[in-house]
Amino acid sequence: MRRESLLAALGAIGLVACAWAVPWLKFVLTIALAKGIAVLGILLLLRAGQVSFGHSMFLALGAYTVAFLAPSAPEVLLLLPLAGLLGAGLGLVLGLFLVRYRDIFFGMLNLAFAMVMYSLLEKLYALTKGTDGIRVARLTFAGLEPDRPTQEWIMFGIALGLAIGFGLLVRFYLASPMGRALAGIKTRETRLEFMGVPARRVLLAAYVLSALMGGVGGALIGMTTRHVTPQLAYWTSSGELVFIAILGGAGSALGPFLGATAFELVRVYAAAAVADAWQMILGGVLLVVILFAPGGIWGILARRRQA
Amino acid sequence: MSDALPLLSARGLRLAFGGVKAADGIDLDVRHGEFLAIIGPNGAGKTTFINMATGYLRPQAGRIEFEGQPILGLSPRAIVRRGIGRSFQLPQLFTEHTVLENAALAIAARRGIWSPLAPLLRPRWRDEAMELLDRFGLRGIAESRADSLNEGARKLADIAMAVALEPSLLLMDEPTSGVAAAEKMLIVETLVRVLRSTGVTAVFVEHDMDVVARFADRVAVWSQGRIAALGPPAEVLADPVVQRDVIGIATHA
Repeated sequence: MRRESLLAALGAIGLVACAWAVPWLKFVLTIALAKGIAVLGILLLLRAGQVSFGHSMFLALGAYTVAFLAPSAPEVLLLLPLAGLLGAGLGLVLGLFLVRYRDIFFGMLNLAFAMVMYSLLEKLYALTKGTDGIRVARLTFAGLEPDRPTQEWIMFGIALGLAIGFGLLVRFYLASPMGRALAGIKTRETRLEFMGVPARRVLLAAYVLSALMGGVGGALIGMTTRHVTPQLAYWTSSGELVFIAILGGAGSALGPFLGATAFELVRVYAAAAVADAWQMILGGVLLVVILFAPGGIWGILARRRQA
Repeated sequence: MSDALPLLSARGLRLAFGGVKAADGIDLDVRHGEFLAIIGPNGAGKTTFINMATGYLRPQAGRIEFEGQPILGLSPRAIVRRGIGRSFQLPQLFTEHTVLENAALAIAARRGIWSPLAPLLRPRWRDEAMELLDRFGLRGIAESRADSLNEGARKLADIAMAVALEPSLLLMDEPTSGVAAAEKMLIVETLVRVLRSTGVTAVFVEHDMDVVARFADRVAVWSQGRIAALGPPAEVLADPVVQRDVIGIATHA
């Protein structure tokens, strides 16, 4: 536990150092932190043995919330919690239905909802400008509108702060009765029922929290990229979240951030080095992780530190 | 709570799976504080009775009252909350959790699991779980993962989780099946000691006649979905028909 905190602190310092030393990486790392927050939600569901192949719909919801509302309400400190609340709201509505299903049905129904959202975002051109996407209007930070480099630093700082906050929240959650019951869904759901515990509500609570984090992650992405397209809700984007979860490892709340940082860095450098072959490199990396390090990057670090 | 009133009362329970009558008119009263053994050959409907009393299966006819209130149609969850606990023939443990966490989760289930921030193993619950495991002789393996236990320990942990819910009626499905012969009496003695100390009423399905003779207050003999005999063990087990039809089969099951 102490090792985990130490590693988290070192990781946070490392990210700040990177962002400071290589200014253009700040953008990449902010995106990585935002995705890491969303992947925390995937990690929660993985604890229950469930995989969502549609969680990018919450990313899209958060990002489009920012895109739609920025012209009339440009305040970042208002948009972020609002995106989280909308994500949680959508998560609650869909979750009431989804938590009745398990395994492949759970995964595919999430995918189905995400594809419905993708289609709506793509087809309702008058509202969303279709695949062209929407440029995010200017944003204010606590009423101020600093210059561009300062804004980038602020976004990076907010993402890092939220990553630490949500990381801690998930860590406490997983050790709590709700989190341990959630993990019980994976192995003995019937036992929960025979203890008088409604398993579906345990899963629903985790699903709503995962949707909230998805919404916040999406809002951060929208605020950072300043351009929001339906691609965010596409199934490849959901697959990416699951990919990151596996890459980083589900054993710790640090996993999603290790995974997301590795993912974004590999993507950036691989894309620069071998142009169109970067997906092959990512595929190779995932293959190696699954074959030789099923605990992901976190698993490798935890093992080495124990040895 | 009047002692004259039975704790659990079943009348005319009927349930058929296709052509097989798992319950064919079951009438049974379980008295306050007694240990009632259910014996009978495999397929006689013993587990079906437990499944009906815990809301897992719904009979096609009949009624079940618990503490004077009808419970048919209630979900397993609602029935547990009313005070009927159960353990399983195949222990239903959270296999990736430690034994201590299994026990603590059962305690949390009673005290309230809806806290997302405070740890499950908070000092008070940890102590309570440890004390529970201690009574079952499981303290030494509290930190072991549940899927690493031998069958005897698994059975005890399974029952400990049911006891943690503080039921007034505990239904146990074959608490000693699959346990090595040498361990069997030790397990049953542990069980009886713990259960007597809590004052819980217990119904247990059992194939071992030595266990039944030694620990049951009454024995109900199941045969093809009916109760063929009911009474004190000395009487029932001496019945020649029971000896031929039930014990002869059961001891070889």
